[in-house]
Amino acid sequence: MTVSGWLQAVIYFALLCALTKPLGIYLARVFSGERTILSPVLAPVEGLVYRVCRIDPKREMTAVSYLFALFAFSAVGLVWLYVLLRTQKFLPLNPQGFDNLTPDGAWNAAASFLTNTNWQFYSGESTMSYFSQMAGLAWHNFVSAGAGLAVAIAVIRGVTRTDVKAVGNFWADMTRSLLYVLLPVSIVIGLVLVAQGIPQNFHEYTSVTSIDGMKQAITQGPMASQEVIKEFGTNGGGFVNANSASPNENPNGFTNLLEMLMMFAVSAALTYTYGRFAKDQRQGWALFATMSVLFIAGFAGSYAAEAAGNPIVHQLGVSGPNLEGKEVRFGAAASTLFGTISTDTSTGAVNSTHDSWTPLGGLVPLVNMQLGEIVFGGIGTGLYGMIVFVVLTVFIAGLMVGRTPELLGKKIERREVQLAILAILVLPAFCLIPTAISILLPVATAQLGNNGAHGFSEMLYMFTSVTENNGSAFGGVSGNTYLNVVTGIVMLCGRYLFIVPAVILAGSLAGKRSVAETVGTFTTYSPIFVALLLGVIIIVGALTFVPADALGPIVEHLQMLQGKQF
Amino acid sequence: MKPAIAEPKDGTLHNLVTSFLYTIVTVVLLGIVYPLVMTGISMVLFPKQANGSIVYVDGKPVGSSIIGQLWTKPTYFAGRPSAAGKNGYDPTATGGTNLGPTSKKLIDATRAAIVALKKANPDATLPVPMDLVTSSASGIDPDISPEAAYYQAPRVAKARKMSLDAVNAVVAQHVHGRDLGFLGEPHVNVLEVNLALDAR
Repeated sequence: MTVSGWLQAVIYFALLCALTKPLGIYLARVFSGERTILSPVLAPVEGLVYRVCRIDPKREMTAVSYLFALFAFSAVGLVWLYVLLRTQKFLPLNPQGFDNLTPDGAWNAAASFLTNTNWQFYSGESTMSYFSQMAGLAWHNFVSAGAGLAVAIAVIRGVTRTDVKAVGNFWADMTRSLLYVLLPVSIVIGLVLVAQGIPQNFHEYTSVTSIDGMKQAITQGPMASQEVIKEFGTNGGGFVNANSASPNENPNGFTNLLEMLMMFAVSAALTYTYGRFAKDQRQGWALFATMSVLFIAGFAGSYAAEAAGNPIVHQLGVSGPNLEGKEVRFGAAASTLFGTISTDTSTGAVNSTHDSWTPLGGLVPLVNMQLGEIVFGGIGTGLYGMIVFVVLTVFIAGLMVGRTPELLGKKIERREVQLAILAILVLPAFCLIPTAISILLPVATAQLGNNGAHGFSEMLYMFTSVTENNGSAFGGVSGNTYLNVVTGIVMLCGRYLFIVPAVILAGSLAGKRSVAETVGTFTTYSPIFVALLLGVIIIVGALTFVPADALGPIVEHLQMLQGKQF
Repeated sequence: MKPAIAEPKDGTLHNLVTSFLYTIVTVVLLGIVYPLVMTGISMVLFPKQANGSIVYVDGKPVGSSIIGQLWTKPTYFAGRPSAAGKNGYDPTATGGTNLGPTSKKLIDATRAAIVALKKANPDATLPVPMDLVTSSASGIDPDISPEAAYYQAPRVAKARKMSLDAVNAVVAQHVHGRDLGFLGEPHVNVLEVNLALDAR
């Protein structure tokens, strides 16, 4: 590890802290329907969207109605992308003449982008037409992020409201997410990315002959407009296969910083928004503190492992950090920082190949996802995921001190605890069971790119990533029909089976009477609470996943120290 | 004032109709108009970058300043091993080896890369740089570390019949420091430094 390596992490975190309050206030204003600085421009567009789509933004929905609206929109979005990918050959903006996707390939990509996973069994630069990229994939980047943000706002309303049993209007929340948050930032930062070198055009690939006589096709396309929302919407699906490792998507250290900031920005700000809705900023900062501890621990762990490097390679007579699958302009520090942030959130973008990280380095992204992506987390998903853990924590604290558990003065009862547990069980169920089945099936194991314990890690990482809607990969796994179909189903289950109990939990809290805080109240903002919340997150994660992780990265680490090869 | 709560008329059919209309509206706005407008603005403000940062020599395109290339002649600095495409550095097949740290394939490839590197640089005096014997993540990494450039300098100097000091000076001129002083790692863009050698 170097001083400069740590310096960029420290400066990054300082910038994130500085962004949290202003952006959090802005989000609170947007979702309270108040006027913002952008209203003069956007309010007419917003009104037009409501009129055309027959939406009454003032009509609030119960939790169940909110979910139905989300499901209806998701169903249409899934069909739209599937049809688009199956017919792209006949559609415009396909200068490379790419064929239609196969049924299973289109299904996988459609489920993947719908659920904000952006797992990719395809290589964008040799599969997707520009029209599919922008009107299909990048469109989902916007709306899946908008949906996640909308759901988070609904959950915040449910938890904080005492007057009414409604959680908001899905269409209004969605529209405000898109128009007031995602689109303006995408335009501004997108242009900065172009200025830094990310292409933005509709040309066919440029044929060049190098001064050394090499023939090369330089990839082109509307990349910057997609790259920006890929990070800001915590999507992570690359325009090209190498994702943010490709200089096409991430040409220098500055774009790397912007992309990392975009991944965390909204999720961090939402903790402040939560405090604002709760009329008690300490509630938000307690979540921010909890998340920060896990973030810093993750970066320290992965950076230390990658900076130490691979002892088997060192024995060959070269020294230094592990640079296999890393870009020179980033090096070990910027690669592990990016990978940590990407898996703390549901982004899954990569600027290095996680598959080639050292065993303990690679364990960090895996554990980040296994904790439930609540370290700032995906746009919206991180906050509502964390609130589920908060409910569980106040329940456990209540058991310990023998009082009825309360969150913001509202009683947490059997129904709320059941819903929280149900949500938390989704990850182990859809990650571990398919991993266990698939590792026994030759049709799945034949697709792995590595042997030994690392092969098992690839399988475990894949199902963790798709269940959590992350989308990053130990990329040695190649797709086939079985994996396309199964991971597509798991992505849908991972997203929606978590959202349902989370929103119903919020609906169940909405309208509950809030009792005033007394000396006996177990507060949800004290350092003790932060420690307890951390404990619950780590213990739930550890009890669930340590056995599986021991078979993969931990065994491989011990084997690496002995110099074993597979 | 309490907000009104949705009536039963917001049933499945109403949701589906709204979803359908909403999809059309947002696909047009975010999926078509937004990238077109972004392209239009980019072409005016940043035409070089928006068009892929293509580098021309005598009016002919020879590469992109952001994308790495395969270098075979001893007169040029070489880039890193690449897993992109059959011969490496294929931007239409980007990616790394995805081999794990205990992979026999990876260790064998690294060993072979070290042998080949030493053979190609018999006069090198510096330690073997890690980046020249490991594959990048993208397979089109345009850069090498300054150490990797200085390692190759004796070979380039000999092939070009230049003094080692002159080659080292060209390298030193083309070392990019960390962005804003703290982001990423120092690096040398291989195409840029090779063009600079040719231009001498």
